[in-house]
Amino acid sequence: MDLNILWFILITVLFTGYFFLEGFDYGVGTLLPFLGKKDNERRVIINTIGPFWDGNEVWLLTAGGAIFAAFPNWYATLFSGFYMALFLMLLALIVRGVAFEFRSKDDRPVWRSLWDWMIFGGSLVPALLWGVAITNLIRGVPIASNMQYVGTFWNLLSPYTLVGGLTTLLIFTLHGALFLTLKTEGEQLEGARRAASLVSILAVPALLLLVTMSYSHTDIFTKSGAGIVFWGALVTLLLACWLLRSGRYAWAFVMNGLTIACSTVAVFWGLFPRVMVSSLNPEWSLTVYNASSSPYTLKIMTIVALTLVPMVLLYQCWTYWIFRQRVTVKHLEY
Amino acid sequence: MDALILARLQFAITSSYHFLFVPLTLGLSVLVAIMETIYVRTGNETYKKMTRFWGKLFLINFAMGVVTGIVQEFHFGMNWSEYSRFVGDIFGAPLAVEALAAFFLESTFLGIWIFGWDKLSKTMHAATIWLVAIASNLSAFWILAANSFMQEPVGYVIRNGRAEMTDFFALVTNPHVLYQFPHTVLAGFTTAAFFVMGISAYHLLRKNYPDFFRRSFRIGLIMGLISTFMVIAVGHFQGQHLVNSQPMKMAAAEALWESANPAPLSLVALIDEKNQTNPIDIRIPGLGSFLSHNTFSGEVKGIKDVQAAYEAMYGPGDYIPPVTSVFWSFRLMVAAGLWMIIISLYSLYLWRKEQLETKPWVLKALLWSIPLPYIANTSGWFMAEVGRQPWIVQGLQKVNEAVSPSVSAGAVLTTMIAFTLIYGVLAVADLYLLTKFIKQGPEETPAGRSLEPTKEVSLWT
Repeated sequence: MDLNILWFILITVLFTGYFFLEGFDYGVGTLLPFLGKKDNERRVIINTIGPFWDGNEVWLLTAGGAIFAAFPNWYATLFSGFYMALFLMLLALIVRGVAFEFRSKDDRPVWRSLWDWMIFGGSLVPALLWGVAITNLIRGVPIASNMQYVGTFWNLLSPYTLVGGLTTLLIFTLHGALFLTLKTEGEQLEGARRAASLVSILAVPALLLLVTMSYSHTDIFTKSGAGIVFWGALVTLLLACWLLRSGRYAWAFVMNGLTIACSTVAVFWGLFPRVMVSSLNPEWSLTVYNASSSPYTLKIMTIVALTLVPMVLLYQCWTYWIFRQRVTVKHLEY
Repeated sequence: MDALILARLQFAITSSYHFLFVPLTLGLSVLVAIMETIYVRTGNETYKKMTRFWGKLFLINFAMGVVTGIVQEFHFGMNWSEYSRFVGDIFGAPLAVEALAAFFLESTFLGIWIFGWDKLSKTMHAATIWLVAIASNLSAFWILAANSFMQEPVGYVIRNGRAEMTDFFALVTNPHVLYQFPHTVLAGFTTAAFFVMGISAYHLLRKNYPDFFRRSFRIGLIMGLISTFMVIAVGHFQGQHLVNSQPMKMAAAEALWESANPAPLSLVALIDEKNQTNPIDIRIPGLGSFLSHNTFSGEVKGIKDVQAAYEAMYGPGDYIPPVTSVFWSFRLMVAAGLWMIIISLYSLYLWRKEQLETKPWVLKALLWSIPLPYIANTSGWFMAEVGRQPWIVQGLQKVNEAVSPSVSAGAVLTTMIAFTLIYGVLAVADLYLLTKFIKQGPEETPAGRSLEPTKEVSLWT
């Protein structure tokens, strides 16, 4: 296996980690106005992800940095091509990150409701946009022979990619609701459970639609492995729904997490060895070879990543262990 | 305006704004870590209060630094795709390492620090803020290693139509970063020191919590003195290095049109860039040579000679940066630095004689000195980045070759306006919170005081 493939796998892992971890952060943020009717409840909801969200967001920064370092042409075409979409995502991430820190620092109702809005919008927008972005990678976008994106923002929006966006939004929201069932108690747990049930009813048909539409809009199913994993995402989602209804929240959370992982892996598997599909000419697609860095850089980065990623995983797991207890209204200090 | 100018303007706005928050993060994380360490070692509750008070201000500032930093990472691909293609093989590596080695550490342990007061032992808790402080400063190293490649490319070869890395070790031991990293980190320490001194002075002036703010002031003063002296010393050697590595930047910083031996130093000058002359120029003879070579003789290359040399090397073209901006930003940085030296030395003198609190004007001057490091930081970066023009990577790629061809001027303008507006609103919120907590002082009030936390609230009103 050459290093180009290894780095493609590593970036798949980074995106999977990012969607799994920030997925529930986005879900919790999206649910904030629906599950938090009183200020105390809002603080509980926010504090369930308080210690984690910033560390989780670094998975995105690392994925971005890894694409830049390992596949500069992918980074250049993707970021300049998906310009407006990424711009919207940046705005969302900016206001959301500040809102977590600022909202409880003043007790005027207007102040808090302003930042709570920011948390809601700043979580919903990326959850939606990531589905749109990822489905565009595999469906294909207008990329010319010189690797330049020649479309506009509107090329990114199509029924297929919007279904993709809706699906990630719903699955991330479900992920957030299930996370809340693990981190809250009493009435709030009950609220989270109800939200999870409701969202799961919508998430199943959305994912089913996405998978079936992928037959005609992508070539994902020409690889049987990728196709099986994609259908596997639907199976784990159904399992999550069943586990949720039988009250096994932790397993439901794990299963829904697997749904996120399977969908991500399916799309990247379907992409390989391409990293961005050109809708104009298959020859013009970016691949792990024509978009990559030099062998020397890939070697250096491999050494760095294989040393540091295990350490990061260790201390991030430790964080979840420290803050394993449920968050309640009685212990609010932040 | 075309996309190039707008992209440059946008980068200037977002990176200058980002760098308003970074230096304070670099320095204040260390100061808070020191305060908490003293608390752990002595058990003195005042130091715990100090950790909480300065820590709160640190967190407000930190959040702004983090979110504006995400923009920076995305920007290279969004607005500068051809730059990213050309140097991605080299430039991407330190950015990825920064995320892996520093950002993860910083944000994970900051989360633990914020929420872990009663979940960890005192020592462990103090250790988490040290990890945050180390990680912040480590991240500065990696991003500066990336920036240094733009100033002084090393460890590369031009192959396959791009710059490819041949020596990672050369990249991280780039002479430029060996000056730039301490200079930047010390500037961050200076920023934090003047922040702590200024706010402490504000309260000492009003005789609020004198014990608390005296102790805070002392820590700020010690760090301020050390870091101000060192930042200037490092800056001096960095300048000498730049005379050789980026002669055009230094010649522009001195508005020195003709080579001279011995070279004078301009204090102030009226610069006529069109006719390449200074109609008014107040100079100290020989000092330019001294600053460049540590002796009062020795040649310093002038702009015209460097231009001629660059034309011979790179072909016809205009290799002269906007001299007036570089000249004045350099002077602004140096002037702010000198003032910081003076006021911190005088404060030390008064402190030793226990007369500081009897001199309200000094306390006021200290309060009003809080912006000085910010002025020095920003103008220093203006000198570094404007002085690099027209290159984006010194000698390898020009700015106009680096911009994204697939992004329209309208798109850049739209995003620039939106970023500027949102940054403006956030600046107001940030300043509001900072002044509120600064004025409130160290007494903690339970959150949700006037708001009824159990009353139903609505997001929709």
